[in-house]
Amino acid sequence: MDNDFAVWFSKSFGLFYLIALSIGVLVYAFWPSNKKRFDEAAQSILGHEDKPHRDQPWR
Amino acid sequence: MKDILRWLPRIAECLAMIAQLTRYERQLALFILLALSICGLAMAVAGTGDPLGVHGAIVLLAAIAGTFWVISGYYEPEPSDDRLDRYFDDPSRLGIILAMVWVVAGLFVGDWIAWQLAYPDLTFDAAWSSFGRLRPVHTSGVIFGFGGNALIATSFYVLQRTTRARLPDQLSPWFVLLGYNLFCVIAATGYLMGVTQSKEYAEPEWYADIWLVVVWVTYFIIYLRTLVRRKEPHIYVSNWYYMAFILVVAILHIVNNLAMPVSLGHAKSYSAFSGVQDAMTQWWYGHNAVAFFLTAGFLGMMYYYLPVRAGRPIFSYRLSIISFWGITFMYMWAGSHHLHYTALPQWVQTLGMTFSIMLLVPSWASAGNALLTLNGAWHKVRDDAVLRFMMVAAVFYGLVTFEGSFMAIRAVNSLSHYTDWTVGHVHAGALGWVAMITFGAIYASVPWLWKRERMYSGRLVEVHFWLALAGTVIYVFAMWNSGIIQGLMWRTYNESGTLAYSFVESMVAMRPYYIARAIGGLLFLIGALVACYNIWMTIRTADQPADQRLGDRPVPALAGGTAPQPAE
Repeated sequence: MDNDFAVWFSKSFGLFYLIALSIGVLVYAFWPSNKKRFDEAAQSILGHEDKPHRDQPWR
Repeated sequence: MKDILRWLPRIAECLAMIAQLTRYERQLALFILLALSICGLAMAVAGTGDPLGVHGAIVLLAAIAGTFWVISGYYEPEPSDDRLDRYFDDPSRLGIILAMVWVVAGLFVGDWIAWQLAYPDLTFDAAWSSFGRLRPVHTSGVIFGFGGNALIATSFYVLQRTTRARLPDQLSPWFVLLGYNLFCVIAATGYLMGVTQSKEYAEPEWYADIWLVVVWVTYFIIYLRTLVRRKEPHIYVSNWYYMAFILVVAILHIVNNLAMPVSLGHAKSYSAFSGVQDAMTQWWYGHNAVAFFLTAGFLGMMYYYLPVRAGRPIFSYRLSIISFWGITFMYMWAGSHHLHYTALPQWVQTLGMTFSIMLLVPSWASAGNALLTLNGAWHKVRDDAVLRFMMVAAVFYGLVTFEGSFMAIRAVNSLSHYTDWTVGHVHAGALGWVAMITFGAIYASVPWLWKRERMYSGRLVEVHFWLALAGTVIYVFAMWNSGIIQGLMWRTYNESGTLAYSFVESMVAMRPYYIARAIGGLLFLIGALVACYNIWMTIRTADQPADQRLGDRPVPALAGGTAPQPAE
C-alpha cells in the first residue's frame, strides 16, 4: 500500500459510508410502522409515576 | 459548636448513604479503597520530590477518608428490598451539589484570570497564580467539574426514568461519581503545580488519564447494565445522546492521551504522536470534546428536561433521531478546522471545513426541535424561569453552532483564529448553551430529587436567570468586538507593506473589552452563587417525606397511577 493509495482511500471511503448511513437513518426514521413507537417514546417521559417497575424486563 | 450541631444532620445523611449499600457492597467499597490507598502510597513513595508524590498523597488521603466514611456506616442495617421500588438517586443528589461547588470555583478562577488580563498585577507574583496555570483550572473546573458532574448526575436520573429500571447496584454509581471527582481534583491541583501535557482540555498527565479510563468504563457499563434491564422497549433519545457522550469521550480520551511516562516515578510523559499528527490527533480530540462532552451529553439533558418541564412531548421524535446520527457521524470529521493555514495537508483542512458547515443541519435540527416543542407554550416560558433557562439555551445552541460553522470557513478563520472572537464563541457555547441548559436541568431536578414542591425561591431563580443572561451577553459582545478589532489590527498593512500596528498596540486596544468581559463573567459568577444559596435552602427546607411524593413534577399527580407494585 503506497502513499497515493492511502491518500485516495482516506479521501474517498467516508463519502460512501456516510451516504449509506444517511440513507439508512432516514429510512429508519421515516419507516411508517416505526411511527407508533416513536410517538409512544415521545410521550413516555411525560408520565407521573416516579418509581421503577419491578416486574420483568420488557422482553 | 453551633455550626457543628447544624452539620450533624448532614453527617447523618452521609451515613445514610452508606446504609443504602448492601453488606457485600460495603466490603467491596473497602476493598477498592484499600487498593486505591496502596496506589496512592506507591505514587507518594515513587514520586518523592516530584509532583507525582503530592498527587500520591492526595490519592492516599482521599482513600483513607473514604475508608473512614464506609467504616462509620459499616454496621448500619442493610437496606431492605423496598429500595428496589425506588430509583437510586443518592449519587445524582451529590453530583448536583458537586457540580455547583465546581461551577463556583471554576467561574471564580475564570473571572480572576479575566481581570488578570486587564490588571496583570493580579497574579501576585506567584507561579501557581500565573495565567498559564490558572487557565486550565478554569477550563477543567467548568467543563469537567461543573459540566461532568452535572452530566453524571442527570444521566443517572434520566436513565432510570426513561427505562423505568433502577440502577443495577448501589456501589458502581458512587465509584463513578467520586472517582471522577478525584480525577478533577488531581487535574486542578496538578495545573497549579505546573503538571500539564500541554494539550488543550487534555492537560492531565498519564496517571490521571489511566484513572479516568477506569472510571469512565465503569460509567459505560452502568449504562449498559441498566439498559439491559429496561422496562421500556424503546430506548428514549436522551439515552442515545448520553451513551454517545460516554462512549466517544472514552475513545477520544484513550487515543489522544497515548503517552510514555519518563518513569513510573515522574509526572511527565511524552505523547505517542509528534508534529502534525500530534496536532491533528489533539484537535480531533479537542473538537470532539466539544461535540460529545459539551454537546451530545447536554442534548441528552435537553431532550429529557425540556419536554418534561414544558409538559409537552418533543416536537418531532423523528427529527431527534436524524439529528442524533448527523451529529454523531459528522462531528468526527470537523476537528481539522482548528488547523487552517498550518502544515496539515490542505485537503484535510478543507474536509474539516466542509463537515463543519454540514454540521449546521443536525445542529439546527436539534435547536429547532427544542424551540418548536415550546411553540404553543410560550406563556410557560414567560412564567417559568426554569423553562426559560432551557429556551435560552436552545437559542444560544442555534446561534453558536451557526457561528462555529461560519468560523470554520477558511477565509473567516484567517480573521478569527488566535483572536478573542474564538474566546467569545466558546463562551457563547459554554455560558449560553451548556451552563443555561444545565442550570435549567438542575433547577428542575433539585425539587424532584429532594422531594420538594418547588425551589425555595422562584424569585431567586429569576434573579439568576437575568444575571446569567446579562453576563453572557456582555461577555460575548465584548469578545466579538475585541476579537474582530484584534484580527483586523493584526492584518492591516501600511503603504510600505509592513504591519500598521504593533502587537502591543492591539493589546492596548483590547483593554476596555477585557474589563467589560470580566464584568460579564462576574455577573455570571454572582448568578451561580445565588443558585447555590437557593439550592441549599431548598434542600434544607423540608416539606415532603420521600415515599409520599406522588408526582415527578409540581403538578397534581394522578392518584391511580401510584398503586404499589407487587414484590417480585
